[in-house]
Amino acid sequence: MSESSAARAKRRPGLEAVQEQGWWKAHRWLLLRRLSQLSILLLFLAGPLWGVWIIKGNLAASLTLDLLPLSDPLVVLQELAAGQTPLTNALLGAGIIALFYALLGGRVFCAWVCPVNPISDAANWLRQRLGLKGGAKVSRSVRYWLLAAVLVLAAVSGALLWELINPVHALYRALLFGVGWIGWMAAALFVLELVSGRDMWCGHLCPMGAFYALLGRFSLLRVTADARARCNECMDCYAVCPEPTILSNPVNGAEKGLQPLIDSGLCSNCGRCIDVCARDVFRFAPRWNSDQNPSVEP
Amino acid sequence: MSSSARNTGSGVTRRQFLLDATRSAAGVALASAALSLYGASGAQALPASAIRPPGALPEKEFLGACLRCGLCVRDCPYNTLKLAQLGEEVALGTPYFEARKVPCEMCDDIPCVAVCPSGALDPQLKKIELARMGLAVLIDHEACIAFQGLRCEVCFNVCPVRGKAITLEYRRNQRTGMHAFFIPVVHSSDCTGCGKCEKACILEEAAIKVLPFELAKGMLGKHYRLGWKEKQKAGHAIIGDDVKHRYNLPEGMHYEHAGRGLVIDQPPGAPAPLPGSDALPDSPFPDDPLKRLNSGKGGI
Ligand code: SF4
Ligand code: SF4
Ligand code: SF4
Repeated sequence: MSESSAARAKRRPGLEAVQEQGWWKAHRWLLLRRLSQLSILLLFLAGPLWGVWIIKGNLAASLTLDLLPLSDPLVVLQELAAGQTPLTNALLGAGIIALFYALLGGRVFCAWVCPVNPISDAANWLRQRLGLKGGAKVSRSVRYWLLAAVLVLAAVSGALLWELINPVHALYRALLFGVGWIGWMAAALFVLELVSGRDMWCGHLCPMGAFYALLGRFSLLRVTADARARCNECMDCYAVCPEPTILSNPVNGAEKGLQPLIDSGLCSNCGRCIDVCARDVFRFAPRWNSDQNPSVEP
Repeated sequence: MSSSARNTGSGVTRRQFLLDATRSAAGVALASAALSLYGASGAQALPASAIRPPGALPEKEFLGACLRCGLCVRDCPYNTLKLAQLGEEVALGTPYFEARKVPCEMCDDIPCVAVCPSGALDPQLKKIELARMGLAVLIDHEACIAFQGLRCEVCFNVCPVRGKAITLEYRRNQRTGMHAFFIPVVHSSDCTGCGKCEKACILEEAAIKVLPFELAKGMLGKHYRLGWKEKQKAGHAIIGDDVKHRYNLPEGMHYEHAGRGLVIDQPPGAPAPLPGSDALPDSPFPDDPLKRLNSGKGGI
């Protein structure tokens, strides 16, 4: 690392954006995401806490207003793999969810709904503050192997083994159905993220994230770097993106003629890059409307 | 964090890639093995005190079907069901109840089954009386006060399938010689396993408990045939006439299998009974019944 990049890494990414565009604009997608995470949780919690039953169940499967079934397609897939036959409600629910995320970007779930996200964000924030590096070297492709293993395990054992430890569903369930060991689970995840490396869970291991990445591979809503001509290579987007490898082609591939659209299913449409970029390089756009923006002056 | 930008894949050699892939696969295989072991050891078996909701598939299949959504928990009007938490012995996130805490009230419309999206609670179950959540067992004959000759019958009275799932069997109270025991007897043909009896048992620790079937039921060897049942099925005696029947009868009597049955012979020297007379001869038996049994090797 050169001295200047070390200096860059030290200072807070996005500071420039705050200075140039004001705090609100530099945090709008973050705030919206927190709002989304919180309101979905509150919709679920309203029943057990205040007796207002809008949504029953949890993220694995739920029933909204006693009418609309929703279910996690990966859990339903596991049931199928285990040799059991889900009823119409589970299949329909999985179909609706799958379609929704296939259109919107699969990992929208990760950034906008999943309860692990705030935990890992908090841990990442802290490790940045503490200047921790984290030594664990785990390939980002491990999650696909895990995804396959989750289904194979269900098929071989006939039981939903993964759901015995899946923290995503366990966290939500614990919040909604009685607290149990939830503190320990959250703490374990927090520590994992803190000491083992950046985005260890969400970016390397989580099979749900892998599943949604495959599902949203061709989603219609995308982030595009179509104003990349304005980029001054401050690297702030790399610093905040949970999947920084997906940025290099769209942001820095202009000379090679690579498209500015972030085409990877790994993108969680979190909008962190949009927030943090002082030069407004990124924006959300429909897949078909993401060409180089001609009105951008360098 | 500019280092992450370098990690784009363009610089990764084929060799490195294969190495990484092998390492990942090996790691995942190890983790999977650990998870299967964990799953096989205990996380798959239900503790005796935990009862699945009505209509639950057999435990093995249930664990492959239940999505762990908790909809059954939510739609149970009596808050009977709960989802297993981390650290409990029941597979994480699956529904169960403990009869002694809150039993199943056996709702007519079985809302828990109706709402289950996964089929883990079998939608074929339409009549709650056909549910078999477990089986009540009067597990402690020593503590149950009915066995002391006291009147209780609380379990009998609260049973929703009263008179069928639990009946009272009257027995002589030999201690007093003039009272009866009212012994509760559970019948697996009708017990739904709702657990109301266990909940209601007045003892400090219930003497009647609902257990999972595997624990509650014994099993007769497959080769056993109960003669009286076979006879009923066949509509007639299933053993034909033997050439020769042998009975271990005391001296002075014999048995006519297809005829008069037990026949007490005339003591030698006694006058033959008049033809047509039903008068029985005096008993040939000695007074001591043991002597009586031991004296005879005979029969026919
Ligand atoms: S039958 Fe009724 S009381 Fe029993 S578990 Fe189902 S909903 Fe609850
Ligand atoms: S409703 Fe069905 S799938 Fe959901 S927790 Fe209950 S048994 Fe499991
Ligand atoms: S569990 Fe007890 S109360 Fe329920 S049906 Fe069986 S005997 Fe009756």
